Amino acid sequence: MIEISSLDQKILQALQQGLPLASRPYEEIGRQVGASEAEVIARLEQLLEQGVIRRLGIVTKHRQLGYTSNAMVVWDIPDDLEPEMGKRFSEFDFVTLCYRRKRYRPKWPYNLFCMIHGQDRETVLQQVAHLRKTCGLEQVAYDVLFSGQCFKQRGAHYFKTA
Amino acid sequence: MELTALHRRLLNEFQRDFPLTPQPFKEIAENLGIQEQDVLQMLCDLQESGIISRTGAVLRPNHVGVSTLVAMSVPPEKLDQVARIVNAFPEVNHNYEREHEYNLWFVVIASSPKHLQTVLDRIQKKTGHEVLDLPMLQEYHIDLGFELQWK
Repeated sequence: MIEISSLDQKILQALQQGLPLASRPYEEIGRQVGASEAEVIARLEQLLEQGVIRRLGIVTKHRQLGYTSNAMVVWDIPDDLEPEMGKRFSEFDFVTLCYRRKRYRPKWPYNLFCMIHGQDRETVLQQVAHLRKTCGLEQVAYDVLFSGQCFKQRGAHYFKTA
Repeated sequence: MELTALHRRLLNEFQRDFPLTPQPFKEIAENLGIQEQDVLQMLCDLQESGIISRTGAVLRPNHVGVSTLVAMSVPPEKLDQVARIVNAFPEVNHNYEREHEYNLWFVVIASSPKHLQTVLDRIQKKTGHEVLDLPMLQEYHIDLGFELQWK
């Protein structure tokens, strides 16, 4: 976690709702946060460079684009093999996210999570089979969690305090 | 809505590296060989039909504030009710049903570790179900947008 200025926080907060669909969107953001258009652009450049903003652009909803089979695939990878496996997984173009998370044996033995978005269930399962085979994971416990209903999906709200 | 070739180009080419110039939509329009007003209209339509959520920033997780992934195991007949309770928290987003014994999955984002813990405790108390707190320990894949394969 890094400290960021209150101006940056305001800019990021304004951006959570999306850029105004107007000819001079940065000027409008500037008006909301009390900064000039040039300042807003300069701050955004800096935040991108620092990696606080990972990307700036159109944020799609995969499900609405026919990517209805969104599966979270979880793996119980031995700790010593895990870093290498995480890197290998992330090289497959059908893996859209890959994280190591805390595990809780025995109720939750899985430590490596990857997301696969596919146009149908069949394709996703073939991709999982491909991962198991290519990475030599035939003996490793795993589970495929297809998504059902979406109860809530929106841009994150940052900086809310309890 | 019916997606045209232009919509597809717009979606594929501007998920990242959005122009940081005073008139970004004009720059995109020039790139696609159309008018600024057409780009604004297309983005508005795409948003209206729920294909895009916004044109904005995707922040690096845990860089600003703290977040975690939470799983809950809820009896199927109570899933809707519990999901509603969970959704009422402003710190919650990406709340999905998944086909597993742990059938409710969502992300919690808070301003500090203490705030995060408070939210998790409250969710547990209000729903009467245990939460499994699965914080990210290492990220291997960076979200740089998504190459869309058209059918």
